[in-house]
Amino acid sequence: MTSEVARHLRGEHQDSGKFHILLKELQLVMLFQTHMPTKTTCLSSQISDDEQNQKKENIRSLTMSGHVGFESLPDQLVNRSIQQGFCFNILCVGETGIGKSTLIDTLFNTNFEDHGSSHFYPHVRLEAQTYELHESNVRLKLTIVNTVGFGDQINKEESYQPIVDYIDAQFEAYLQEELKIKRALSNYHDSRIHVCLYFISPTGHSLKTLDLLAMKSLDSKVNIIPVIAKADAISKAELQKFKIKLMSELVSNGVQIYQFPTDDETIAKINASMNGHLPFAVVGSMDEVKVGNKMVKARQYPWGVVQVENENHCDFVKLREMLICTNMEDLREQTHTRHYELYRRCKLEEMGFTDVGPENKPLSLQETYEAKRHEFYGERQRKEEEMKQMFVQRVKEKEAILKEAERELQAKFEHLKRVHQEERMKLEEKRRLLEEEIIAFSKKKATSEIYQNQPYMASGSNLKKEKDRKKISNAQVLDGGSRRTRESMRAGSLSYRAQSLPQR
Amino acid sequence: MFCFPAMGHRHCCALGPMDPMRRSPSPCPSRPSSPRTPPCEMLGYVGIEAVLDQLKIKAMKMGFEFNIMVVGQSGLGKSTMVNTLFKSKMWKSTVQGLGTPTPQTLKLQSVTHVIEEKGVKLKLTVTDTPGFGDQINNDKCWDPILGYISEQYERYLQEEILITRQRHIPDTRVHCCIYFVPPTGHCLRPLDIEFLQRLCRTVNVVPVIARADSLTIEERETFRRRIQHNLRTHCIEVYPQKCFDEDINDRILNSKIRDRIPFAVVGADREHLVNGRCVLGRKTKWGIIEVENLAHCEFPLLRDLLIRSHLQDLKDITHNVHYENYRVCRLNESHLLPRGPGWVNLAQTPAGPLATPQPSKVHQQAQEDSEDGDEY
Repeated sequence: MTSEVARHLRGEHQDSGKFHILLKELQLVMLFQTHMPTKTTCLSSQISDDEQNQKKENIRSLTMSGHVGFESLPDQLVNRSIQQGFCFNILCVGETGIGKSTLIDTLFNTNFEDHGSSHFYPHVRLEAQTYELHESNVRLKLTIVNTVGFGDQINKEESYQPIVDYIDAQFEAYLQEELKIKRALSNYHDSRIHVCLYFISPTGHSLKTLDLLAMKSLDSKVNIIPVIAKADAISKAELQKFKIKLMSELVSNGVQIYQFPTDDETIAKINASMNGHLPFAVVGSMDEVKVGNKMVKARQYPWGVVQVENENHCDFVKLREMLICTNMEDLREQTHTRHYELYRRCKLEEMGFTDVGPENKPLSLQETYEAKRHEFYGERQRKEEEMKQMFVQRVKEKEAILKEAERELQAKFEHLKRVHQEERMKLEEKRRLLEEEIIAFSKKKATSEIYQNQPYMASGSNLKKEKDRKKISNAQVLDGGSRRTRESMRAGSLSYRAQSLPQR
Repeated sequence: MFCFPAMGHRHCCALGPMDPMRRSPSPCPSRPSSPRTPPCEMLGYVGIEAVLDQLKIKAMKMGFEFNIMVVGQSGLGKSTMVNTLFKSKMWKSTVQGLGTPTPQTLKLQSVTHVIEEKGVKLKLTVTDTPGFGDQINNDKCWDPILGYISEQYERYLQEEILITRQRHIPDTRVHCCIYFVPPTGHCLRPLDIEFLQRLCRTVNVVPVIARADSLTIEERETFRRRIQHNLRTHCIEVYPQKCFDEDINDRILNSKIRDRIPFAVVGADREHLVNGRCVLGRKTKWGIIEVENLAHCEFPLLRDLLIRSHLQDLKDITHNVHYENYRVCRLNESHLLPRGPGWVNLAQTPAGPLATPQPSKVHQQAQEDSEDGDEY
C-alpha cells in the first residue's frame, strides 16, 4: 500500500529533496506498521509549566493509537527555509588596519573583493557589501558592513554615531515595511544587523575610551561579540590578564555583550564554556604556509608560524564555531525578537501610540492613528490658512510700496515738465525780442539808406556824376553787395547811434 | 560549489480571485542593495549548513500549531474523519437524536489537543461546524463560518499591531478547511458551489468526497471529473492553488494532487483483524473497507497531503496570502469607517458584513488598493 503511495507521489522525478524526505518517512511508516501499533505518549514530565498552560487554556493532551506522521514537520520547515534561503548580516567595527576584512575572509574561507582603506577619511562611513554563498543545499546571503575610518579622526566624538544611525536605519526600513498596508515580508531582504564583531586592539592594557563608549551605545541595539584582533601580538600570559581585564571593564560599565544561549541541552555545555573564553583572541590570514606536510592558513614570522586554525595559537576556531555553526539562528532570533522589538516599541511610543488609552481601555493602533491623522490634517489646514493670510498681506504691502513709488515718479515727471515749459517760454521770449530787434534794425537800415541817397539828389549838376555814381553804386551794390550792406550797416549804425543828428 | 542568481519569490504571484501581492521592498538609501549580489566561491568547508540543524532544534523546542476546520452536512462523517486522521478520539461523533431540535444557527465548536510524536509537539485545533446546511433555508449559512475565520485573522492582527508584542503570537488562524461533499454521484450542489466560492478567497479549502464507500470506483472517477469541471467553471481555486507553485518540482507534485482532488475518503475509528493485521476499517456484510488501503479509498492521500508533506505549506499560504489579504482589507476599511467607541475591540468586532469582505467588495477594494498604494 505504502509503496503504491510512494510511487504515486514520487512520480518520475527522483532528485528533489522533498521526495527524498517523503520516501524516508514512508519507509519509517512501513517499519512501524509491521509491529503492533505502539502508543506514542505525550507530555513528558519536564514540561510542567506547559501542563499548567494547557490546563489554563483547556487543552487536553491526547494519546494517539498509531503513527500519524507529523514528525516530518521540522523537515518540512527546513525545506521551506532552504527554498527561501538564509540571510545573515555582520557588522565589523574596528579601527582601520586592525584586520576586519582579513578576519571575515578567513571566517568564510573566501576572498571577498576588498580594497584597503586610507586613514584620511574625515568622517566614519559604513560600507555594506552583499555576497551569496552556497554550501551543499544552503544558500546564504551574507552582508558584511564595514566601518571605514573608525578611530582615524583626530576628534573622535562623532565616531560611533554613524554606526548607531545605520543600525537604526535598518530597523526603520523593516518597520516601515511591516507597517505598510500592502507588504511583502516574505520577499523582504532583511538588512538588519544580526551580529556586531567589535575589534579590540591588542594593547594588553585595557579598553580604549572610544571602544567603551561605542560598545555602550551599541549594546542595546545589536548583539555584540568583542574580539581581540591581531592576537599574535600578545603572549599567552598577557592574553589571559588582558581578557580578564576587558571582561571586568565591560561588566563594571554595564555593557551587555552577547551571551551564547544555554537553555537548550544540546548546546548548553559548549556554549557555557565558550562564554568563559570571551572575548575571543583571533588571528586572520588567507595565506597558506606549509607546516609539517599540510598547507594551513597561517602567518609566517621569522620566529615561527602562527596557525590560524590551531586552538593553541588563537581562538579563531572557537569564533567560527560559535558564530556560524552553533548560534547563527539564535543571533537572528535575538535580533528580531529583542532588539527589533525594542526599537519598534520605542519608535511607536515616540510617535505617540500606546496600547492603553486614558481610561485604561485598550487602545488600538488604528484609533490612535486616526486621531493623529485627524490632528495632522487639522494642523495642516491651519498652516495652510496661515500661509494664505501671510501671502495676501505681503501682496498688499508690496502693492502699496509700488504705488508710492509710482506717485513719486509721477510728481517728478510733472516737476520736470514744468521746468522744461518755463525754460521754453523763456527761450521763446528771447527769440521774440531778438526778432524784433532784427526787424527794427532792418527798418533803420532802410531809412538810413534813403537818407544817404537824398543829399546827392539836391545838386543837379552833379546829376551825371550822380547817375554815374548811382551806376557805380548800383554796380557796387550789385558787385559788392556785402560791402554796401556793411557800409550801410555802418552808416545805419552810425545813424542809429547818432539818432539825435538832425536829418535834412 | 555554485551559486544561485537570486532568491526565490514565495507566493508572490496571483491570478483570479486572489489579491495580487506587492513584490518590491521599500527603497531605503542606506540599505545594502539587494539585487546585485556577486556570487562567491568558498575555498573550503565553513559549516554554514549547520544552520539547518539549529533551525530544527529551535522548531522542536517551540512546537508546532495547526488549525483545521471541517465543514459539511451532518452525517457525512466529519468527526470520524478527524479521529481517523489523528488516530485518536478527538470528537465523539454526534448523533442528533430525534428529540433534540435542530439548532437554528450554526455554532462552531473548537477543540484543541496537544499531540506528540518523536519529540515533535503539535498543538492541533479542530473546529467543527455542526448544523451546516441542515436547515430548510440555508441562505447565508456560510456567514458564521466566514465570520469565525475572519475573527481569527482579526485576533492575530490585533496581537500583531500591539506596541508590546508577545514573543510568539498564538496562531489560531484556520490553516485548512476540509469540505465534505456528499456522495450524490452527480455534481456539486448550489450550496456547495456558493460556499466554496466564498471560502476559497479566505482560506485553503480541500474538498473531499465523504462516505466514498457508497460509490464504486468508476462512479468515483466520474464524480471526481464532474466536480473538477464544476470547480473550473466557477473559478474556484482549491488547495493546492495553481498560482502558488514555485518551481517545476512543486508544479509536478501539485498537479498530481490536483488531478486527484477531491479525494474520495472513508473514515473509520474501529480496528478489525484483516489477514492477521489490525487495521482501521469499516466492517460490512460484504467485506471490510480498509481505510489505509489505497485500493479501497484515498484516505492515505489526504493524510499525506495534510500532515506529511504540505502542512508547512498550508500554514505559509495562510500567513503570507490569506492573512495579508485580510489585513489589507481591514486596514483600508479603517479609513472609511467612522470612529465609534470600541470598533476595534475584539469582543465587539461585528462578524457580519464588515469583517467578511463580500466577493464584489474584495474586487473593489483591490482596485482601490492599487490606486491608494501605501497611504499609511
